[in-house]
Amino acid sequence: MADTPGGRSLVVDAVTHRYHSGALAVENINLDIKGGEIIALLGPSGCGKTTLLRIIAGFIAQTQGRIIIGDHIVDALPPNRRAVGIVFQNYALFPHLSISENVGYGLAARGVDKASRQREAQRLLELVQLPAMAERLPRQLSGGQQQRVALARALAIKPSTLLLDEPFAALDKNLRLDMQIEVKRLQRVSGITTLIVTHDQEEALSMADRVAVLSHGKLEQFGSPSDVYDRPQTLFVNTFVGSSNRMPGVVVSADRTAAKVRLDAGAEIIARPAGGTLTEGGRVTVCIRPEHLQFVGDETGFAGVVGMSLPLGATVVHEVTTADGSGVKISQARIGETRALESGAAVRLAPLAPSLANAFPATL
Amino acid sequence: MGTAPASRDVTSYGMGLAAPLALFFLVFFVAPLLQLLWLSLHNDTAGLHWGLGQYLHFLTDPFSLSVLGSTLLLGAEVTAVCLVLGFPIAWLYQRVGPRLQTIIILIVLLPLLTSVVVRTFAWIVILGRQGIINATLQSLGIVDTPLKLLYTQFGVVIALAQVQMPLMTLPLITALGRIDPNLDDASCSLGAGSWRTFFRIVLPLSLPGVIAGCTLTYAAAITAFITQSLIGGGQMLFMPMYLYQQASTLQNWPFASAISIIFLLAVLAVVSVFTTLGRMSRGYGGA
Ligand SMILES: Nc1ncnc2c1ncn2[C@@H]1O[C@H](COP(=O)(O)OP(=O)(O)O)[C@@H](O)[C@H]1O
Ligand SMILES: [Mg+2]
Repeated sequence: MADTPGGRSLVVDAVTHRYHSGALAVENINLDIKGGEIIALLGPSGCGKTTLLRIIAGFIAQTQGRIIIGDHIVDALPPNRRAVGIVFQNYALFPHLSISENVGYGLAARGVDKASRQREAQRLLELVQLPAMAERLPRQLSGGQQQRVALARALAIKPSTLLLDEPFAALDKNLRLDMQIEVKRLQRVSGITTLIVTHDQEEALSMADRVAVLSHGKLEQFGSPSDVYDRPQTLFVNTFVGSSNRMPGVVVSADRTAAKVRLDAGAEIIARPAGGTLTEGGRVTVCIRPEHLQFVGDETGFAGVVGMSLPLGATVVHEVTTADGSGVKISQARIGETRALESGAAVRLAPLAPSLANAFPATL
Repeated sequence: MGTAPASRDVTSYGMGLAAPLALFFLVFFVAPLLQLLWLSLHNDTAGLHWGLGQYLHFLTDPFSLSVLGSTLLLGAEVTAVCLVLGFPIAWLYQRVGPRLQTIIILIVLLPLLTSVVVRTFAWIVILGRQGIINATLQSLGIVDTPLKLLYTQFGVVIALAQVQMPLMTLPLITALGRIDPNLDDASCSLGAGSWRTFFRIVLPLSLPGVIAGCTLTYAAAITAFITQSLIGGGQMLFMPMYLYQQASTLQNWPFASAISIIFLLAVLAVVSVFTTLGRMSRGYGGA
């Protein structure tokens, strides 16, 4: 296994977990994470992200499967012997201990003497850019500062793996961006294998080397951000990561690389077959992102009527109603003065390229 | 102009609403207390001569002082027993499922649902010479002659601890419930074992509950007239009974009043030590 100096590899091997209540929270998850990688665990609320994180940390014993850190199967180890650092969503700083004592807590548990503890805590506080806060109590710090302390505390035990559960969810937008950059910087410096749980797809795509998309306890796709965004393997990934128009249609002809689909909206387009083989005459759902649609002048593409236009800063989003009555969004970059589109104007739309339309077999 | 009529100061409502209770306190608490003080400052039972004689008598009388001392000690013992037994129950409560929680709460509250007199007589049945404990020990051949449990300090402490247990357990359950369960996990993931987590995190953070529970238990234990007298019997004398004898049997109202005032001050001193500790520990609390 490839281990960089700072971080060890992490393998989640066919892990399934069923709570005592009977809820199947995580189902047959396989992740093979290289040492030093930064991975995002992305999925909507309730899809099992926290459960998987707590299994890796050792707080929950999974029903089936194995967790392998470095070369060791750690399933038999309690959390305090796994050398896994965790940053909790609510930070979970010890409210009665000073910042310095919080950061030094893990070292105290390892029997490090007080002077060395304080020195190390100070070094870590400098690393997270809070050198002057050592003597304060957690509640005297702002949310972003508490987050940095939580990070310093987790790093103090020199973990082989760092787990972060929705670490930025409670921060406002600017602070979130700062902290995302900060975490990425610290991760690069330390080389610690890092797993970030998030339901924010932008965060996942911007921070991670690879993204694991979860839905209802199942792994939908595990790949690079561009894989997940541009070559989604399931309809769920296509619609959850980024926004997407879903257009129903029927397969006219298909091979492995391209499919001709007759959209219910009234046009034949070429799409990329995604997530399984397509059969002629079978119903499909074609996903096209708003930014991958264009207005066309000729008779190609499908017809529609412009409803509302929303200027969203750098882009303008038009809502178009197609012949079959469904709504489609198209976004255009705002270059100079964009063509004003009257509400009610008749337009024709087509995908920018065949590879940008993904056809998924329709599930009933 | 468009300004609204000046709204009444909100605090003026509060005063008005508090008036009935304030009056009640004045008539039934402050007034008798002042009367008690007035009585205690007389040297003779008829209440004709002013003086500090009653106080001097109490404070120079070894017997009186020993009664005060044993009462305060009794309170400390009962509080310690309640804390040692109550903490695990409260700790368990936070770690079991909702069904077991209901059962635990029921067990904790049960003593409050029966009369103190009934519970105390139950203890007489348990602790007596032919009581349940002695009968069991004898039938098992562990002891030959019955142990003396009733009318002993041990018996009083055990019975009082059971009677006052809810006063300790309930604040502890509340305090432990306020601790973020993630703190346990955080401590553990940082490499701390269960004992370190308990002594460094759980115990310090539950301190406000410990203090509240100790204050309530202590105050209740030292003033528990019925249980003290019935389980302690004639051999053991504690302040409430001493007071009762002086007032009711000997009709020595000024001395009884002085005992009351001294007892009150002693209890206040102990309770204020607890609350000072509580205020210091409030530095924890929060987030
Ligand atoms: N302690 C628990 N007992 C029973 N079911 C649970 C427990 N924790 C979570 N679940 C269930 O497991 C599923 C996954 O939860 P979770 O891992 O917290 O999701 P996420 O972190 O992605 O929001 C949810 O359906 C949730 O209701
Ligand atoms: Mg979660």
